[in-house]
Amino acid sequence: MNALDVTGLSFHYGRKEALQSVSFSVMPGEFCALLGPNGAGKSTLFALLTRLFVSRQGRIAVMGQDLQTSPRAALACMGVVFQQMTLDLDLSVARNLAYFGALHGLSRRESVLRAAEVLERLDMAERAGEKTRALNGGHRRRLEIARALMHRPRLLLLDEPTVGLDARARAAITAHVHALARDDGIAVLWATHLVDEVAPDDTVLILHKGHILQHGRAADIAPQNRLPAHFMALTEDTAA
Amino acid sequence: MSPYLRALSAILLREALRFVTQRERFLAALVRPLVWLIVFAAGFRAALGLSITPPYQTYITYEVYIVPGLCAMIQLFNAMQSALSLVYDREMGSMRLLLTAPLPRWWLLFCKLLAGVLVSILQVYAFLGIAYLYGIRLPLMGYVWVLPALLASGLMLGAVGLFLASTIRQLENFAGVMNFVIFPVFFLSTALYPLWRMAESSRLLRDICAFNPFSHAVELIRFALYARLNPDALVWVALTFAIFLALALWGFDPARGIMTRKARP
Repeated sequence: MNALDVTGLSFHYGRKEALQSVSFSVMPGEFCALLGPNGAGKSTLFALLTRLFVSRQGRIAVMGQDLQTSPRAALACMGVVFQQMTLDLDLSVARNLAYFGALHGLSRRESVLRAAEVLERLDMAERAGEKTRALNGGHRRRLEIARALMHRPRLLLLDEPTVGLDARARAAITAHVHALARDDGIAVLWATHLVDEVAPDDTVLILHKGHILQHGRAADIAPQNRLPAHFMALTEDTAA
Repeated sequence: MSPYLRALSAILLREALRFVTQRERFLAALVRPLVWLIVFAAGFRAALGLSITPPYQTYITYEVYIVPGLCAMIQLFNAMQSALSLVYDREMGSMRLLLTAPLPRWWLLFCKLLAGVLVSILQVYAFLGIAYLYGIRLPLMGYVWVLPALLASGLMLGAVGLFLASTIRQLENFAGVMNFVIFPVFFLSTALYPLWRMAESSRLLRDICAFNPFSHAVELIRFALYARLNPDALVWVALTFAIFLALALWGFDPARGIMTRKARP
């Protein structure tokens, strides 16, 4: 079973087309990089995948659960890291995780155990008692990823999670999420406009002006690290 | 514990922790009514004579008259503050976290609404405590009876705030809306003057005040502070709550609401 199935998804802001008949799937354990320049439709796609928006054209299914007809079951399988930070800076790391755990139905005991696990997984175990405000940008992002893993999702959605981070923090977060896909079998949809975050074995989905231009393994689409040049050429040609 | 109650307790705890850490917000919420009580009411005491009207059984000072209105004022400002923070949270992203939880959206919004109301009730009791020390003594049972009245009026005002938050797309627009809502709602009510006083100057103003749901919230609190129920006010408050809650839930519905009205294929 695919972790995510998107079929014939379209969306318009008034008369402006944001997405046009978008279809793709992400399998368990797959790291799928959603590449697109600013304004390509990535954030709209994320809003639809997380049910912040609803489209009447097309279908979204998470682990076989239709997001329109069974939203709670579908959302329960999904962990989300939004582009903007959504942490409560006045709460401690542990309390941020406990809050999220409770929203996802975890008991206090389960929350404590899961928080310890996910913080360990993200190399943040020693930060549990700290105020979130005291964390740097990279650690805040890691905490958001840890939080998204609290309820053991089968699909992890990340909307430009490395924006505003330095090169070291970006590399660390990218490596952590690749490990989650590889070791834990979590399906990952990683939206970005930074092509260097894509590994050769990742699946790439190039979105531009609401259309999918290419979908396939990064190494097959553009061999020998030529993906950045290929992406630039593809999106520039289409824009012209 | 069911997932519903877990989410409710988490949202209430989060709001309580925010309340504890944001002491300035608490102080600001108290300063406003206290200025009205100590400065404004003292100045108007001589100018405004008040006859005996229910629930009062004797002549009262103007300070005593405006206490229920100031309690409602605290809740009105708190509701608008909560609505502002909802708009802020939606723009900044943390509202998204709440709305993507696997629970019905109406329940999540109701939890958020209830959390704000409980904070406003704590603020009102702190105000009543200070008013007591200032010399405004109400019947002891009134302090108990007023709790459900504050819950009802807080829910009504919170639902209005929730509805406003669902209609406003940008944070910058909210300040203007607050001015257009708070001041007319407060001044065109029985918070500061009784209806018969209003009628002396203008029948139209009196009718507007009588129609204003905020007046009914004030009267519900006023009667409850004297351990009495005002059934008409309760019906008005309950009806207004139901209407605005329904509108707010419609506004936040991703398939139908105002939030996505421009985003429909």
